Amino acid sequence: MASWIRALASRTAESASGETAPRLDLSGAVGVLMIAVVIIAAILAPIAAPHDPNAQDLMGRLKPPGWQSPFGGGRFLLGTDQLGRDVLSRIIYGSRISLFVGIVSVAITAAIGTMLGLVAGYYRGVAESIVMRCVDLVMSLPFMLLALAVIGITGPGIRNLVLVVVLTRWARYTRVIYGQTLSYSEREFVEAARVIGSSSPRILFQHLLPNLLPSTIVLATLDLGFVIVLESGLSFLGLGVPPTVPTWGTMLSDGRAYLNTAWWMGTFPGMAIMITVLGFNLLGDWIRDRMDPTLRV
Amino acid sequence: MFKYVIRRLLYAMLTVLGVVTIVFILQRTTGDPIAVLLPADVPLEEQARFRAILGLDQPLHIQYVKFLMGMVRGDLGYSYRQGAPALTLVLERVPPTLKLAAAGMAIAIAIGLPAGVLAAVNRGTALDRLVMSSALVGQAMPVYWTGILLILLLSVRLRWLPAIGYGGVKSLIMPALAVGSYSAARIARMTRSSMLDVLRMDYVRTARSKGLNNRSVVVGHALRNALIPIVTVLGMEFGSLMGGSVIVETVFAWPGVGRLAVNAIMGRDYPVVQAVVIVVSAIFVLINLGVDLTYGLLDPRISIANSRKR
Repeated sequence: MASWIRALASRTAESASGETAPRLDLSGAVGVLMIAVVIIAAILAPIAAPHDPNAQDLMGRLKPPGWQSPFGGGRFLLGTDQLGRDVLSRIIYGSRISLFVGIVSVAITAAIGTMLGLVAGYYRGVAESIVMRCVDLVMSLPFMLLALAVIGITGPGIRNLVLVVVLTRWARYTRVIYGQTLSYSEREFVEAARVIGSSSPRILFQHLLPNLLPSTIVLATLDLGFVIVLESGLSFLGLGVPPTVPTWGTMLSDGRAYLNTAWWMGTFPGMAIMITVLGFNLLGDWIRDRMDPTLRV
Repeated sequence: MFKYVIRRLLYAMLTVLGVVTIVFILQRTTGDPIAVLLPADVPLEEQARFRAILGLDQPLHIQYVKFLMGMVRGDLGYSYRQGAPALTLVLERVPPTLKLAAAGMAIAIAIGLPAGVLAAVNRGTALDRLVMSSALVGQAMPVYWTGILLILLLSVRLRWLPAIGYGGVKSLIMPALAVGSYSAARIARMTRSSMLDVLRMDYVRTARSKGLNNRSVVVGHALRNALIPIVTVLGMEFGSLMGGSVIVETVFAWPGVGRLAVNAIMGRDYPVVQAVVIVVSAIFVLINLGVDLTYGLLDPRISIANSRKR
């Protein structure tokens, strides 16, 4: 493992010696801060949430945010929903689903996509044509439509959400890693490894993979925001997680029905999504500029 | 050129065939439509009869061939819920979705392009930073949330526009803004970086030293060349716009393909889901084909015939 960290560090050093604007560092730091807040909220949800996210109180339904209500202000900082549940607590618990689905599915997708790209680029031949034709196919379709098709057929649920992400996003990793594997395979260090009799798996995992991991990490970070938007979108449509689990998407879907009376229900969960996605995008841009500016699209 | 068009057309057809196959396999390997269509207490003989009517009792490869033959004839099966041909149901809903996506695209270009040019020309100034930060935020906002915020502002608070519905220009404004905002952010970022590349070129310096005013240098010389990479991406952007429409349609009760798909998924109306996927991917592939073919027209340096020989 140490070798890829070294590869990463040397790249970072390379680009750091070049032109780097201080503004970039600032935005990277802002990104880290935003993500840190969300992750801490998700981990500490039972402590951080002021109320039970599922505790209903029909007498206290549709209470406006704390600063807007003249009496009893502050008990519900971001107001309550149509069943009297605390919006803030539900947002805090909702971060768990978004982060869980995001991180798990992106990790699986990145692993599969990277392996396929590695195999296609190293072995060439039949593996290459099959894998790359599939990449072309997946990349030539609107991604939301693919997601709907998969959910439409498999049905909603967290497991199927992960499946959707894997099936629709792997090709992005494969395409980039494939190209890089092609060019690395012709470099001396791979030649040398082959000459001294290293086995193919050894070349793949010891020599090629460490050089490709930085790209995978950049792609994965940038993908996280995208996947979180997808998850919340499908939950919004009622095609994500079961409606009993608090998620940002289902909260917005509830909020849509009460736009005339309870603006807070349709506003704050979206803000949570925006902050999380913005955080991952800022962090991803920053890592990319430091590690591998060639990935910029 | 002719050979290239044929090749691309064949490839487009193969892509759609791939989609059809994936949909077919996924659908036949997961879940039993009979379990959805009939109540649980229906006797087994009755279930078998129903299965035979739908052709689900035959081996998979026969079903697949029948399915493809039907597709060639334009028969994608009947909706389980509405009894109408699935293809007809989908085609009825295509125009509203295309209208929404096209309006969204128009808005995205109208906002994104000038914003990107302004940011590039005023690089490093407060204006540049404002545009780029807005673009970052715009890219982080889910389109359906943008839609909700627009309803809150323009309908609930200001009472300018109808919150939901279909018909007339007024009802189109908010959905199109919601769908277009995300693409506007992407186009702004792309235009800025593309413009910055071009503004560094020698011919831009030459144009300036000839004494041309800033405006004609930026619009006449720089933008024209900066547009080339942007136009290519617009084809792909249209795909994400159509994807965005799918969700935004639900927010605004817009009678498009997206809402049809969501309702069909909820009701396990597989033939309709299938027809939506096939029709929309066909549209998408055709649009990209069109973009590819016009690419050479935009930039005389890119000759398709030459690129094939390389």
